[in-house]
Amino acid sequence: MDYLKAFIVGGGICVLGQLMMDLTSYRITPAHILVGFVTGGVAISALGLYQPLIDFAGAGATVPLPGFGHLLAQGAIKGVQENGLLGAFGGGVEASAVGIAAAIIFGYLIAAIFSPRGE
Amino acid sequence: MEQDRAVPSAHETQKKIYSQMVARTKPKPPLARNVTGAFFFGGAICTLGQALLNFYISMGLTRPDAGAAASATLVFWAALLTGLGVYDSIAKYAGAGTIVPITGFANSIVAPALEFRREGMVFGVGQRMFTIAGPVLAYGFISAWMVGLITYLFK
Repeated sequence: MDYLKAFIVGGGICVLGQLMMDLTSYRITPAHILVGFVTGGVAISALGLYQPLIDFAGAGATVPLPGFGHLLAQGAIKGVQENGLLGAFGGGVEASAVGIAAAIIFGYLIAAIFSPRGE
Repeated sequence: MEQDRAVPSAHETQKKIYSQMVARTKPKPPLARNVTGAFFFGGAICTLGQALLNFYISMGLTRPDAGAAASATLVFWAALLTGLGVYDSIAKYAGAGTIVPITGFANSIVAPALEFRREGMVFGVGQRMFTIAGPVLAYGFISAWMVGLITYLFK
């Protein structure tokens, strides 16, 4: 059952992104979608509205980029509660550190190992 | 007028045949296809994420650690498939389905890094890998910092 919920909610969030790409100006690129979804996730999470979606859909809500924003926002809130003002700087980065570092490390290594297509 | 009223069905039938012809001939609006692709591929990646999450929890990891491990695993596979040129072939059908999940973030790092590798390992790979990831991280960090700041001021 949790697989079906993850599929539907995760797919639904992606459909939202597709509609934003197809129904808005051509100037809205995938980069804008990524930035918008992460920032939107931060805002929605700060209002306490994203955690219920994760409780319902699990990875269907954590794997899409608003889930990344949720990690950042909740990390910053937790950081402030534990460390005061310093936590506002470090909390979000700490909470999302594994994912960000993995993306940079694996991304770099793969780009260094593989040849561009068509060469 | 009387005759027109007498044969509305013929007129209607012609209109129907014509609209069917148009529907057959004109290029299909890609929106329905794009949305379907985004839903199925995006849903599939999230389902894979759920399987990884359940796996790592069964290995004894806490919920947050299992989530981080699942993200790192997805990111690794997305980076590898981008290097192999497979991810971008899937993206043709999946649209936002391969952009919005965390795998799209990994793809956005590897794709430009590979493309501009001939510009060197620093200005090519090292710089270009942040073409999209840079703005994402900047806006993410700043908005999270603002949330922290508001929490600090109003708690």
